[in-house]
Amino acid sequence: MDILDLSAVELSAKIKAGEATATEAVEAVFAQIENNEDTLNCYVTMDKEGALKTAEAVQKKIEAGELTGPLAGVPVAIKDNMCTEGMLTTCSSKILGNFVPTYTSEAVINLQKAGAVILGKTNMDEFAMGSTTETSAFGATKNPWNTEHVPGGSSGGSAAAVAANECFYALGSDTGGSIRQPASYCGVVGMKPTYGTVSRYGLIAYGSSLDQIGPLCKDVTDCATIMGIIASHDKKDSTSVEREDTDFTSALVDDVRGMKIGIPRDYFGEGIDPDVKEKVLAAADVLKEKGAVVEEFDLSLVEYAIPTYYTIAAAEASSNLERFDGVKYGFRAEDCEELHQMYKRSRSQGFGPEVKRRIMLGSFVLSSGYYDAYYLKALRVKALIKKAFDEAFAKYDMILGPCAPTTAPKIGSSLSDPIKMYLGDIYTISVNLAGLPGISVPCGVDKNGLPVGLQLIGDCFKEKKIIQAAYSYEQARGKFSLAKEGK
Amino acid sequence: MAKQYETVIGLEVHVELATKTKIFCGCSTAFGGEPNTHTCPVCTGMPGSLPVLNKQVLEYAIGVGLATNCDITRNCKFDRKNYFYPDNPQNYQISQLYLPICRNGYVEIETEEGSKKVGIHEIHMEEDAGKLVHDEWEDSSLVDFNRSGVPLIEIVSEPDMRSAEEVIAYLEKLRLIIQYLGASDCKLQEGSMRADVNLSVREVGAEKFGTRTEMKNLNSFKAIARAIEGERARQIDLIEDGKEVVQETRRWDDTKESSYAMRSKEDAQDYRYFPDPDLVPIIVSDELLESIRAKQPEFRTEKMARYKEEYDIPEYDIEIITASKRMADLFEETVAICKQPKKVSNWLMVETMRLLKEQDMDPEDIRFSPKNLAALIQMTEKKEINSSVAKEVFEVMFNEDVDPVTYVEEKGLKTVNDEGALRRTIEEIVAANPQSVEDYRNGKEKAIGFLVGQTMKAMKGKADPGMVNQILKELL
Repeated sequence: MDILDLSAVELSAKIKAGEATATEAVEAVFAQIENNEDTLNCYVTMDKEGALKTAEAVQKKIEAGELTGPLAGVPVAIKDNMCTEGMLTTCSSKILGNFVPTYTSEAVINLQKAGAVILGKTNMDEFAMGSTTETSAFGATKNPWNTEHVPGGSSGGSAAAVAANECFYALGSDTGGSIRQPASYCGVVGMKPTYGTVSRYGLIAYGSSLDQIGPLCKDVTDCATIMGIIASHDKKDSTSVEREDTDFTSALVDDVRGMKIGIPRDYFGEGIDPDVKEKVLAAADVLKEKGAVVEEFDLSLVEYAIPTYYTIAAAEASSNLERFDGVKYGFRAEDCEELHQMYKRSRSQGFGPEVKRRIMLGSFVLSSGYYDAYYLKALRVKALIKKAFDEAFAKYDMILGPCAPTTAPKIGSSLSDPIKMYLGDIYTISVNLAGLPGISVPCGVDKNGLPVGLQLIGDCFKEKKIIQAAYSYEQARGKFSLAKEGK
Repeated sequence: MAKQYETVIGLEVHVELATKTKIFCGCSTAFGGEPNTHTCPVCTGMPGSLPVLNKQVLEYAIGVGLATNCDITRNCKFDRKNYFYPDNPQNYQISQLYLPICRNGYVEIETEEGSKKVGIHEIHMEEDAGKLVHDEWEDSSLVDFNRSGVPLIEIVSEPDMRSAEEVIAYLEKLRLIIQYLGASDCKLQEGSMRADVNLSVREVGAEKFGTRTEMKNLNSFKAIARAIEGERARQIDLIEDGKEVVQETRRWDDTKESSYAMRSKEDAQDYRYFPDPDLVPIIVSDELLESIRAKQPEFRTEKMARYKEEYDIPEYDIEIITASKRMADLFEETVAICKQPKKVSNWLMVETMRLLKEQDMDPEDIRFSPKNLAALIQMTEKKEINSSVAKEVFEVMFNEDVDPVTYVEEKGLKTVNDEGALRRTIEEIVAANPQSVEDYRNGKEKAIGFLVGQTMKAMKGKADPGMVNQILKELL
């Protein structure tokens, strides 16, 4: 069996059993990268030398019995918005094109402690702003299922790398669907945890109140395992939550009997692709057959999620991105005569159009005279959306729906119409607004052979419920093959 | 008839809090240090770093709020104030706009017309910025982030003051309260206390306030007083000339005793304040509030009353000593060791005040320890040293905080208590100065002074003048 066909947990087990080594895994992944990367462009930075060195050290520790964890020795790719000490961290932006952090983000440290081998940094939409990975300053990533299509975004590089076997698993970040949607487009599993579960320390902020780091991986078992390692209470992050129920693998149980699953009627109305609708509802039937109670209901305020999200996320982003000014690090425009010129030129030349659009939008909604009408109102709607979910979770254990209204669009078709691109986030962003956990699991392919993702949304801190349901579904579905480009 | 004008003044006072670490990270707040050595990813605005509130900052702010009769905001938040400047690493300052920690307080000040309340609009917590260093030779600017993230509170008064005297009284009052709390040393010169003066004038009897200006860069009480007089005169001149006062921020130049406009209201930036999503709302629990209340120190008024009860020292001394927390602490701690309140008070009132004045120092800068002052007092009490030696030793102690016992020992300054040796010296002096002996015997009392002086000289100052007098009288 090809080593690349193993899941992360299977690979680690083989390494610990002495049937494979971390070094072999790294070699195999890089062979794959060398074959595919010219076409796919999953990575911004690849560090073969560093990875081989780490693999050797990790291998020794495994052999010495010092590293026994479930992911020890497994090569991982990190989205390029998480700081890695000594390794370029660009957010796929020109403005951070030369930025090498002095410290490593907490989630990555957690992986390193568990014996992860970092392969490099994956491509993304610039500063995580986008749904296609086309806004990257370093070129678009292609969907391994069909390279004429986008991989989704913003964690498109991570999703495509997993789908194309250019890593065994990856970390992404999800502000409005940026893990779940590319996972859905690339036919892999992706999870956005409850806000506060994974430390944001070292994650270069987009929308601070919405950002969460999470896994992109081959199956639900890997997902639960990675979650158990990256979830931690971090005193360096004020929004980090202290929770004791992070033994997510205990939820890998094939049983959905009695689980109450609600399907929002609004999620299947106008705008949804018939193939997506069919596959997602078929997945719901699978869970029903396995004993879950599945029923439709009306989730209110669905149509308000998009304007609310784009107001809040853009407002926070406009402030979060102020530090990129050419003064301390990153790109500085040349031949400036005075300070304001330096600010203006550095930022004008350093940021791409989508980032500028959101900075302008965010600056506008926070400006004096408009704050109450836009930002404050958006915060109130956010609270109402949370309330609507609270009411739903009083009745249901989880909510089932699609991740995105369509499968992966063709490259170039979204950026021409940003509003249309924003509308594609309809099923994912309300989960961020309410701080809920959500998981995306492949549930079939459309008529063009592109994957469709099933989304399960849980109440806050109820990751285990959706992991259990996703795992049960996966058992019934059977192995979901990786992309043909990945072969 | 010339119009009469009233000055209306409100103050924005920034106070640097005396926490060991910065407001949102664990870096040291210590002064000095090579540029950018007291820094980390958080206080240099590195991508991905996050702030975590230093609880001590909250406790100090609440302490000041309670001492100034404020309502404490039980559910408060931090907001971001967005503006671009290179000393501000994130290009936003974390401050409080919407829900400041304290509101609606007041302090009472003493004026010529009796006591008066000055309202406190709010007190909020925020972070300080770094410092720009301009290199004229290289035509470049450098930034030092050692001060970036040092905690500040800003105390915003109501426009309740009417004169420079009231402003100084208000600032003195705030300074004492904050020093007594140990929340800051409040030094204007060093910038741990900074006051911006908002001032307008209006005709006496007018109800509406005039247009105000904000004056910055005031580094001493004297500068504040001069700036207030100067700005009042400037605004009255404008009005008398039929011109308008422009709402603007001005910078005071104390050497030129004049100010110039920095920016007008029209240039005012839109700071786009919004709640900082990286910091969770602060819930001030009953327990926290009560524990801070319980820890509030004895403030000056109570201390003065207690001193009157406990110590037999003049009221004037009490006033001076309690005017500085450092002085009052020194007094109490020294008395606790040597049990001589009157003597301790004398050393503080006379020699200490003299040296502070000579060296242009603040009581807060006093270095000598209560233990050493007590030891010095005990040595004089036991007549181990005489008073002129004691003053000499005190001065060394004041400058270097030496242990007086060791110092006296090393320098051989101890009073010679060997009566035989002293008597022999005096006998020699008497024999060598027959004229003075003669004069004294002829009723010239003064002549004995010369003989005492000669004896002290021969003894290198180490004799007890009382004993010298006594022996001389016997011999004569």
